[in-house]
Amino acid sequence: MPERKPILSVRDVKVHFQVKSSNAWPWTPKKTLKAVDGVSFDLYAGETLGVVGESGCGKSTLARAILNLHPAKSGEIVWMGRDLRQGTDKDWLAVRRDIQMIFQDPLASLNPRMNIGQIIGEPLRVHRPELSGTEVDKRVRAMMAKVGLREQMINRYPHEFSGGQCQRIGIARALILEPKLIICDEPVSALDVSIQAQIINLLKDLQREMGLALIFIAHDLAVVKHISDRILVMYLGREMELAEKHALYDAPSHPYTRALLSAIPIPDPKLEKNKQIQILQGDLPSPMNPPSGCVFRTRCPLAEAQCAGERPALRRLSADTQSSCLLA
Amino acid sequence: MSLLQVKNLGVQFQTPDGYVYAVNGVNFELEKGQTLGIVGESGSGKSQSVLAMMGLLAKNGKASGEALYNGQNLLTMSPKQLNGIRGDRVSMIFQDPMTSLNPYLTVERQMTEVLQLHKNMTRREAKKRAIELLEAVRIPEAARRIDMYPHEFSGGMRQRVMIAMALLCEPEVLIADEPTTALDVTVQAQILSLLKDLQRDFGTAIIMITHDLGVVAGLCEKVMVMYGGRVMEYGKSDDLFYNPTHPYTIGLLGALPRLDHDGDTLVSIPGNPPNMAHMPKGCPFSERCAHANAHCVEVLPALEAAGNQTSMLRACHKSVAELQIIKEKAYA
Repeated sequence: MPERKPILSVRDVKVHFQVKSSNAWPWTPKKTLKAVDGVSFDLYAGETLGVVGESGCGKSTLARAILNLHPAKSGEIVWMGRDLRQGTDKDWLAVRRDIQMIFQDPLASLNPRMNIGQIIGEPLRVHRPELSGTEVDKRVRAMMAKVGLREQMINRYPHEFSGGQCQRIGIARALILEPKLIICDEPVSALDVSIQAQIINLLKDLQREMGLALIFIAHDLAVVKHISDRILVMYLGREMELAEKHALYDAPSHPYTRALLSAIPIPDPKLEKNKQIQILQGDLPSPMNPPSGCVFRTRCPLAEAQCAGERPALRRLSADTQSSCLLA
Repeated sequence: MSLLQVKNLGVQFQTPDGYVYAVNGVNFELEKGQTLGIVGESGSGKSQSVLAMMGLLAKNGKASGEALYNGQNLLTMSPKQLNGIRGDRVSMIFQDPMTSLNPYLTVERQMTEVLQLHKNMTRREAKKRAIELLEAVRIPEAARRIDMYPHEFSGGMRQRVMIAMALLCEPEVLIADEPTTALDVTVQAQILSLLKDLQRDFGTAIIMITHDLGVVAGLCEKVMVMYGGRVMEYGKSDDLFYNPTHPYTIGLLGALPRLDHDGDTLVSIPGNPPNMAHMPKGCPFSERCAHANAHCVEVLPALEAAGNQTSMLRACHKSVAELQIIKEKAYA
């Protein structure tokens, strides 16, 4: 078997924000919020990488850093062999043709003053100015049909659509350039269960059809399990575990992953009422002042003295699993 | 007599485009210490039905029917009478803990106010009681944190404050309107186990409103599934999860991504939720139902006992046996 080459390699990426501390003097030095603090992963063509974690773990910031929406402070983001962090604006324009994004809030991410024909066609007008108006229109209509929107809706405005339909518009806009990678930032969190299933099925079908790679960010582990091949678990800006889907769900190696999995309610009364929940004590520590060593140690049921020492990096436990737990 | 008895509850809103019937014909009974789950998607009328009971409908809303708490109708009470009951005997937790706490007042002031009003306690006694409750919901350093403002608490902690506040007067009924929807799963697990413990210790009856069937499975004895302002199915939680009889419930369960088993595609329900201003004449689910025929679109099905399962109520023209045959054909 030839060795697969990743299309995207992220190496030790850090995104830090400078924040003013509350009721500080103007000359008080600003504090650093380490939103993403050294994350590395590879993504292969046609693969889905799920990124999970609770609010504030840096999963959205990571996605935005890949597209330079929040510039990374250090690290490497290598797309098809080129380091994007060295790129000029012109390079970025070319890259964004290949990497597109779908956002969480389906209505807020659509311009209310453009009709959906304009919204879906806009990427073509930016990236493919050589196309004629009729050609753009033709492609927009074809794409609308693909994501399950009726052609007659092309002149309507975003507020006339329901949440699920708005998300379909967002997907159509991301797909119209035929990208190689789509970053989905909580694409179904705002939707009802029955609509959520429609959108997940649509994404899976389109992925199969167009050979897309997906980075799928969500806080719902059941959704992530359904769509992903591999899963990255984050906590407080760091990687906890990166594993193949079945390895992660059947034998989670990191105590945080185990806590996260046990916390998910199962829609089955007998299983749910009898299962052992491992309840995490306390709150998420402040990202301005994370614990030393392993960031999870303050809430970890297994923590030992050595966990406070050096910060653990991901290490490979088996072919399918990488974990940052010292005790795993 | 049941603790809470709701008969033919309806809610309508007067809008510039005419009346919108948000809730129609909801019936249920709640006994002491029981938990009822109300499940539905956005716009199904689950929140409006409990808001109506608490007298919290928007100005253009009007409730009809009866909601009897120990025989007294909550819907026809004067605000003064109602104030004697809500917050004291029947209390409520809201979805968003940030917007339902007053940002200008310390937690202490917001909690003691309740006790001073309902229990005629002094401020000092009330504060002592409030600290006890904050400790009961496991807020660390409760005595110190009680003097803080809501914004100084995290989301999970704020929801605990809300729960402590709702339990101050040891209510007989606690209505929880999506109490964990805005929270992370690990925090949700903390809050749900807290609710279970409190129910055991105080014997409170809980009405749990949620869109998450997993939450319902762990907590509730009885479940009511709502769609388009109507009850689709109502029965014991075990029956509903293992032998759902209504196409909507079956669809909802099929649409859930599951951790406990693998499936390739989710069985999605086609179409969009109904527009409450233009409801179909017949079954509200008929537009999206795979089994619907002309009769379903025209005639509203009544909520009746489901065949041999007498404890289960369902609103569907197709009999359970008929659906079973269709299901078997689909899998064959």
